Amino acid sequence: MRKAILPYITNPVVVIGAVLSFGWLFVAIFAPLLAPYDPIKTIAPLMQPGAANPAGGIFVLGTDMLGRDILSRLIYGARTVVVFATLATLTAYLVGVTLGLIAGYWRGRVDAVLSYFANVVLSFPVLVLYIVIIVVIGSSPFNIVLAVTFGSAPAIFRIVRGITMDVASRDYVAAAVTQGERAWRIMVFDVLPNATGPLAVDFCLRLGYTAITIGTLGFLGLGLPPPTPDWGTMVNEGRAMAIAFPHLVIFPCIAISSLMLGLSLLADGLREVSDAQGRRT
Amino acid sequence: MAVTLFIIRKFGGAIATMLTVSVLVFLALEVNVADVAVKVLGQFSTADQRTAWLAANGYNDPVVLRYLRWLGAFVTGDWGTSTYYRTEIASLIPGRLAASGILAGGALLVIVPVGLIAGVLAGMKPGSLLDRLVSLVSILTTSIPDFASAVFLSAVFVFWLKWLPGASTMLSGFSLAEIILPVLVLALYSTGYLARVTRASMVDVMGTHYVRTARLKGASPARIVLRHALRNALITPVTVIMLQFPWLLSGVIVVEVFYAYKGFGTLLYDAALNSDIYLVEACAMISVLVVVTTQILSDLAYSWLNPRVSLVDAAMGRS
Repeated sequence: MRKAILPYITNPVVVIGAVLSFGWLFVAIFAPLLAPYDPIKTIAPLMQPGAANPAGGIFVLGTDMLGRDILSRLIYGARTVVVFATLATLTAYLVGVTLGLIAGYWRGRVDAVLSYFANVVLSFPVLVLYIVIIVVIGSSPFNIVLAVTFGSAPAIFRIVRGITMDVASRDYVAAAVTQGERAWRIMVFDVLPNATGPLAVDFCLRLGYTAITIGTLGFLGLGLPPPTPDWGTMVNEGRAMAIAFPHLVIFPCIAISSLMLGLSLLADGLREVSDAQGRRT
Repeated sequence: MAVTLFIIRKFGGAIATMLTVSVLVFLALEVNVADVAVKVLGQFSTADQRTAWLAANGYNDPVVLRYLRWLGAFVTGDWGTSTYYRTEIASLIPGRLAASGILAGGALLVIVPVGLIAGVLAGMKPGSLLDRLVSLVSILTTSIPDFASAVFLSAVFVFWLKWLPGASTMLSGFSLAEIILPVLVLALYSTGYLARVTRASMVDVMGTHYVRTARLKGASPARIVLRHALRNALITPVTVIMLQFPWLLSGVIVVEVFYAYKGFGTLLYDAALNSDIYLVEACAMISVLVVVTTQILSDLAYSWLNPRVSLVDAAMGRS
């Protein structure tokens, strides 16, 4: 086991990616300790970064038009992203993996129907799909998780279905079938472990895309309702005044880009290391 | 023969997809009749007005009949009247689609040459300084969401250098200065992505036996790349370019909203914000149509570049 982990923790790409991603996770967990101010409290409007708070202390990244401290909103915004992106990605995985295993293992009519609907959903440009869903069911935290699940489960379904079809044709699965192993046990204990490599890479990327989706919906004003601190919504709110006060929009954009960069580097590094290990064995 | 069969099958599939999408869109937006009346007549309409309007527009008929009538009207180009713009939707969409087409076309003019050249150069010598640079830049550009790159580019070119306008309303006709930023923002993500795909494909091809043979035979590096490697290395990137269209359509919405550009993206966005359901329906159907069409083109391009894949196999879904 130690031998398997070593190449990962010595790969610089993995390390930088992990530092960025887990850094934001750390910020999200310890937000109340790290944030200098209450993220939804009005203190003094439109202070520039580094300006002194009349009541003592400084606004490191300035304040927004409602007088809320931007650094504190960014820190609590990490919480919003971590909670909602993880939740939405996990539910998408639950649906995608379950259906993918079923379709890839049983094939036949079940597979045909599921694959057809996956293709139909995938023929929507993602943002169009989300906008239509939000128009129909409205914008709320639960509905955003629902929309993301609906939008990303088909892609996960396809990956899992492909791997399952490949693995299900192997001898050890045939052996398990002959032994009278139940289908769900084969899927969970024989097929799924073989899919963890590609799925881990996909999970990192998809987590990032989900964070971007939630940010983009916030930017379009279709995201989480105010005053929830959300990076995309911060950009949307600050947009009208961005020429005079660029700090309103630049810091939230740096936050979301650095998180996505961390997750892409992590995914890239994981793929690189697992490819190299695959070549050696 | 093979081509005709291929096209017939693909078109059949595309039509089936479009029909399913139309059912989903119709069910999602029009199955709740009371909701339709509120959205069309507004929050402040009276219950009597709504009932009268529903009766006058055939909303009391069974849902299947309503769907068929809606579909019939849709196919014949009668897309209804926009409640927000107060005009015929069919007269609204072509202009907006063309405006977004200019944006997407401009973006492709950046994406295709820059992405392909950067990817090929990087993939020719994996591990070289250039390769590392291309990989680094492309991982950066693919990590920045569209709205964030719009902010970053605007911060540099609008707020700081003051070279370009921060809005692309095109009020006094087409303006080149106004389209530069939207095109760049739209191109940023896909260029990096295309460069990465091209690089990976190039690395694969450069390691094949026939390229090694060409090298042993003493062919010059330029000849190896241009004559032997390029055609095979371009198979994946070309299909990737076609498949970037759905992505561009999503990006178009963000970019147009950011720069207040009057295109298809802002049309859908305004429709969504104002619960203009007929316009949302039309926009959703058109975007799926665009995606489905580019998928067919992508399949055709793939088999044209890769004769090993027969069109008949592709049509039957065999690989």
